[in-house]
Amino acid sequence: MTVTVSGPLPAEPYDVVVVGAGVVGCAIARRLAHHPALRVALVEALDDVGQGTSKANTAILHTGFDAVPGSLEARLVREGARLLATYATESGIPVERVGALLVAWDEEQLAALPRLAEKAARNAYHDTRLLGPADLYAREPHLGPGALGALHVPGESIICPWTTTLAYATQAVRAGVDLHLNTPVEPAGRHDGVHRLTTPRGPLHARRLVNAAGLHADTLDRGLGLDDFTVTPRRGQLVVHDKFARALVRHILLPVPTALGKGVLVAPTVYGNVLLGPTAENLDDKDATESTAEGLRALREQGRRILPALLDEEVTAVYAGLRAATEHDDYRIRAHPELGSVTVGGIRSTGLTASLAIAAHVTALLAETGLDLGAERPPDPVRMPNLGEAFPRPHQQPERVAADPEYGVLVCHCERVSRGEIRDALASTIPPRSPEGLRRRTRARSGRCGGFHCGAAVRALFEEAGG
Amino acid sequence: MSREVDVLVVGAGPAGLVAASRLAAAGAHVEVLEREQWPGGVPRHCAHRGFGAWPHALTGPDHARRLTEAAARAGADVRTGVTALDWTGDLALATVGPGGAETLAARAVILATGARERPRAARLVPGTRPAGVHTTGELQQAVHLYGQHIGTRAVIVGAEAVSHAAADTVRAAGAEVVALVTDLPRAPAAAARTLDARLRHRTPVLTGTSVTELLGRGRLSGVRVRHRDGRTATLPCDTVVFTGDFVPEHELARRGALTLAPGTRGPAVDGALRTSRPGVFAAGSVLHAVESAATAAREGAHAAGAVRDWLAADRSRAAHWPTGVPLVTAPPLLRITPDRVTPADRLPYLLRTAIPLSRPVLYVTQDGRPLHRARLPLTVAAPHRPLTLTARWTHRVDPAGGPVHVTIA
Repeated sequence: MTVTVSGPLPAEPYDVVVVGAGVVGCAIARRLAHHPALRVALVEALDDVGQGTSKANTAILHTGFDAVPGSLEARLVREGARLLATYATESGIPVERVGALLVAWDEEQLAALPRLAEKAARNAYHDTRLLGPADLYAREPHLGPGALGALHVPGESIICPWTTTLAYATQAVRAGVDLHLNTPVEPAGRHDGVHRLTTPRGPLHARRLVNAAGLHADTLDRGLGLDDFTVTPRRGQLVVHDKFARALVRHILLPVPTALGKGVLVAPTVYGNVLLGPTAENLDDKDATESTAEGLRALREQGRRILPALLDEEVTAVYAGLRAATEHDDYRIRAHPELGSVTVGGIRSTGLTASLAIAAHVTALLAETGLDLGAERPPDPVRMPNLGEAFPRPHQQPERVAADPEYGVLVCHCERVSRGEIRDALASTIPPRSPEGLRRRTRARSGRCGGFHCGAAVRALFEEAGG
Repeated sequence: MSREVDVLVVGAGPAGLVAASRLAAAGAHVEVLEREQWPGGVPRHCAHRGFGAWPHALTGPDHARRLTEAAARAGADVRTGVTALDWTGDLALATVGPGGAETLAARAVILATGARERPRAARLVPGTRPAGVHTTGELQQAVHLYGQHIGTRAVIVGAEAVSHAAADTVRAAGAEVVALVTDLPRAPAAAARTLDARLRHRTPVLTGTSVTELLGRGRLSGVRVRHRDGRTATLPCDTVVFTGDFVPEHELARRGALTLAPGTRGPAVDGALRTSRPGVFAAGSVLHAVESAATAAREGAHAAGAVRDWLAADRSRAAHWPTGVPLVTAPPLLRITPDRVTPADRLPYLLRTAIPLSRPVLYVTQDGRPLHRARLPLTVAAPHRPLTLTARWTHRVDPAGGPVHVTIA
């Protein structure tokens, strides 16, 4: 198993280098790990997997009911949703099929609901149902006044985006994929069918290149001489509310898209929090992941209408993610056989849902570029630590606490994270490189106290482990 | 596993430890559940003096140690690393600790779960999410309990007593305090404290100034501030400490669906520190985030007395658990604790005001009937400091009447 963060990179060319360890890049690396004859590297500019767009989204496993019918995105989301639901169950990734309600707050939105139901049918999703206000308020008694009706989409689910990405990467690394973190790459020409990539850690060579660089996919493509699309980061700010808010909402409350814009959603998370957001701001800066006073004010104003009691609960986190939007409506997944590369661009908010289907699609495209994949053998399954509230956590399992008392010693009290879980994360296949990485893996420090009680203790455990 | 004790105390801070000492000394089988690895509560990481009985000469850790020893000497069983997870009955709690899961039932439960400062996210301060952002609680533990490095230049958000304690901790760690920043028009700490910061430490105390944004990727590089006259500036720093703005740790109270006091979001209690559930009492900062450790200890002692009465009573329960009538404040008063009243109550009331009040007079009325009038022995009542109202009027309360109002002239 190879995970590196510094030092020179292997000199021998890899068969495939996947650039970008977001959810899509990790899924592709995991798919390629089904072919043990291939030498595969997954390279990431930052110090952890899933550090970019993949960590800051709405954490929804979509049905694809509202995709553009006939598009590549519609197909991959539909296939990916099914694949990921199965994979999540096998791998211990928390998923809750809570269903979504598209809530209509005015006549225009109400009139749009039947059209959305028809669109869902064209996307082969037939389970939608129109609800009148009485049914709607029976399902969501804390909804603000004035809702006129809703479209129920029972298949929409919530998922842990972080565990998903980490599960893919862990499985890939255990099956022989080399993961090189802290490795931003720049194409520096191709000779005899081998790409040369420059990195701060020295050169890296690849017979095939998969561009899954997310926000930076256009830059990487241009380095290869391609000019297929331009990424316009679209910022989404999100507000996370304390677990006490979870009882206020049962479904994902989606806005009805209209000519005036998309509106914001209120959604439970698998950790038992409630999300409010996102904003949608088109920006130029690919690093602009800061939240803004205006953004937060606008979200709170909309949240107050959707679920008034939500605003009485404590906010436990505010974050902003950048969707890799392009000028095209659909995903931009293209094989370039003449360059020995595949570009996976324009993957927006549906990337998490579609990831496994994207990976299969990209692997097929790689084969079309003449890459001999060799024999197929599925990698060993992974079992991820559960961060979800709907499934038993270690401290709730008396037999696990009896076998290992460290699971009974809670360090982070708000999120109930035991010293055993922190120890396990620090010793895992892809260990955290920062307290933030540890937080994403365990939720330690993610709760309402923001580290008032546990911050120093968690840091001490991280530093003891040599972090 | 399931056991029964006389009294379960949740939280081994000053309130919980004092209550446990008193009850154990009176012969009750008392168990204190502390989720941290050490007992003592917040004083454990307050290195400054000002704790213990007059002349308040003890440091926080010394005070914590003495309270713990006293509880142990009295025969209370103080168990650390044990978390009370949830209620399994009216007076029973599910717990987990290194010894495994256990359900503990009791004849009385005291919630002494304390308080916390609201962190940056809860205050909705926009900007990036860099390292170097703390609360006082985290800072003090990092420096005083773990000896961790905390950066070189710190901005302190707030200018109350706790903010000055945070500044002292920053200095003790060898770092520089860039400024204390408060959006209040006047520094809320005692004048001597503010003057000391300004003159002796040459630390600016910026009033009428709010933090509008955190800057920096990876590590904090500065905070943007705005003065109420419209001026803005960036204070370069690698550490920021959000101080004060305490809220109760009311998780167990809410999980048990206890009635909360609207002014504090802590459990509603009467003058015997009885919550809305028979047999469940509450004391300390969970009631009023926050007052001093001495106040918490006093309430712990008071709760112990009330618990003793409850244990001794022939419990045809409803009769021994009067519900009292609500005690209601109006602006500029922010809150009052206890926030329910029965005619037998004797515990003085603690109030807070939103604005400075000169020569305040408090009026207590019920259904338009005056119960009490008190001229407070203060020339100025200040925000962020407690006001005390005597309980000598409670016998005039009609337990069948409407809410009792406390207003200011």
